[in-house]
Amino acid sequence: MADRPASDAAQPEHFAFDAESEAAIAKILAKYPPGRQASAVLPLLDLAQRQMSRATGSAWVPIAAMDVVAERLEMAPIRVYEVATFYLMFNKRPVGKFHLQLCTTTPCWLRGSDEVVAACRRLTGIQGWGETSEDGMFSMTEVECLGACVNAPILQVNDDFYEDMDVASTERLLQALRRGEVPPPGSMAGRQGSAPAGGLTTLIGASAAPSSAPSTTTSNATSSGAPGE
Amino acid sequence: MLSDRDRIFTNLYGLHDWGLKGARARGDWDGTAAILARGRDALIEEVKASGLRGRGGAGFPTGVKWSFMPKQSDGRPSYLVVNADESEPGTCKDRDIIRNDPHKLLEGSLIAGFAMGAVAAYIYIRGEFYNEAMRLEAAVAECYEAGLLGRNAAGSGYDFDIFVHRGAGAYICGEETGLLESLEGKKGMPRLKPPFPAAVGLYGCPTTVNNVETIASVPEIIHRGGAWFSALGRPRNSGTKVFCISGHVEQPCNVEEEMGIPLRELIERHAGGVRGGWDNLLAVIPGGSSVPVLPKSVCDTVLMDFDSLRDVQSGLGTAAVIVMDRSTDIIKAIARLSKFYKHESCGQCTPCREGTGWLMRVMDRLVEGRAESGEIDTLDTVTRQIEGHTICALGDAAAWPVQGLIRHFRPVIEERITAFKRQGLPMAAE
Repeated sequence: MADRPASDAAQPEHFAFDAESEAAIAKILAKYPPGRQASAVLPLLDLAQRQMSRATGSAWVPIAAMDVVAERLEMAPIRVYEVATFYLMFNKRPVGKFHLQLCTTTPCWLRGSDEVVAACRRLTGIQGWGETSEDGMFSMTEVECLGACVNAPILQVNDDFYEDMDVASTERLLQALRRGEVPPPGSMAGRQGSAPAGGLTTLIGASAAPSSAPSTTTSNATSSGAPGE
Repeated sequence: MLSDRDRIFTNLYGLHDWGLKGARARGDWDGTAAILARGRDALIEEVKASGLRGRGGAGFPTGVKWSFMPKQSDGRPSYLVVNADESEPGTCKDRDIIRNDPHKLLEGSLIAGFAMGAVAAYIYIRGEFYNEAMRLEAAVAECYEAGLLGRNAAGSGYDFDIFVHRGAGAYICGEETGLLESLEGKKGMPRLKPPFPAAVGLYGCPTTVNNVETIASVPEIIHRGGAWFSALGRPRNSGTKVFCISGHVEQPCNVEEEMGIPLRELIERHAGGVRGGWDNLLAVIPGGSSVPVLPKSVCDTVLMDFDSLRDVQSGLGTAAVIVMDRSTDIIKAIARLSKFYKHESCGQCTPCREGTGWLMRVMDRLVEGRAESGEIDTLDTVTRQIEGHTICALGDAAAWPVQGLIRHFRPVIEERITAFKRQGLPMAAE
């Protein structure tokens, strides 16, 4: 399973943060009070995963990187291992260039996530969760609610949310990714954010006018009646 | 219906500039120094007067929560922690606030932080919201650039910092003490209370954890006055609320409405109605996955606020309305939530760690009907042995959807069991 670290053979012996990561580390450590540098463990593991992606094309956190994080933050290695394995977003083994993270929780399921999953399986040849396609292009992970439910179903590819998915848009997306194109994320149905597809029901003509300033707006007693009527 | 004039989140859909210039044009960061000059107590009283209750699910009065923070420091700093770990299935409101109205959250953090005597705010945002976190970081940078944060924030004479901290994929970190553990660099395992965070929170210091929507509502409440906010909605359930309407509706959407709006009106006015019409409705989960499901008969008349939904044995939760039409396999819909809670249990408390797995396995069998009808009562009993017997509310949250299913859809479960028996397939032992 994806949660189990990759075999020893797949683990690189060494890991060192590169210059880009080091620049980010300095900024991250400044966020926390002196002596509280352990707070940076999630951000540093994330940096390690991003660096692996840059260097190898696969976003994952080898054990050697966990050890480097432990040393940098003056933590016992086991404390870093347990954090790395507790949080789902750290990949403990290599993943494909495009990590397909499919939400199948109830709100996405109600809107057809099963069909999106089936389309991804068909197009990538991946059968089981946590597996990577033979060409190393795609991995598929089943994830829990991604927090974009009114745009369900959601397919997260690396950092980006593709929303309002269906079979056709899944096919288009994966074909584009295979060509090396990364389409702009967001609604695949072309709607604006979380607004209703049929047109706005609120904030109509909402200008950039101050919503809060003058005291004349405070007397809107008309809307204070019992809404239950 | 709520007037556009009374909406707080005027850029909910991202139609306008999210940046500082656009935010200022919408009235954000306007006279912030003068607001802070009113003093801590006056601001807390104003928020108390507004009746604002926490928008993260529990609905605790915000002003009262702030008043638990120490008035005088004993040498330890105090912290505000903003919970942006939005992960409750059905819920996607904080995401919109962060990406489209980030300055409301940042100005609110300064005002709230000042009111509780905090030196800094940490905004803990779920790791999957990567693009949203980048947006928020950019908004924070704009604020420092403009002198709105840092030393002498917004010219108020008060020093205040805001830091964005990304999580890494764990629902349990939305529980406030699990969040604090995570922020300290540990597994997100909730802490026993007491001590409460206001006494011993982040780094052992006094801390208040508030939801994004709660904090982002504060500047508007202070600008317009608590009386404005409390006049909206119903007594004890005041103000506006961002509702997330998902599932089997014609047009799923987020929308800011008045508290206490009838559920049916909310769905029909803003989400284009139930797919196939109101009579095609089967059930609604009215407040995120953790609250019990309601059958159509209750949905016909129920109002969307804390007390109305509590009265029908459900809850407003995060106001995430998950709509299911008559094509839905309701047992499967709830079983998927049982899988969610099993996946997200931190494993610390035995009733939750073992119980969520047990619930999932039994629910999976009920989807097939591979069970004895007596097991329904056993299942109900087990949910009550989980509920209230764990450190945090995840155990309760796992129990309630199953209880709601049994309460309202018992005949459906029994029918499924009978149908399975008719097939004469072997029964697997649990």
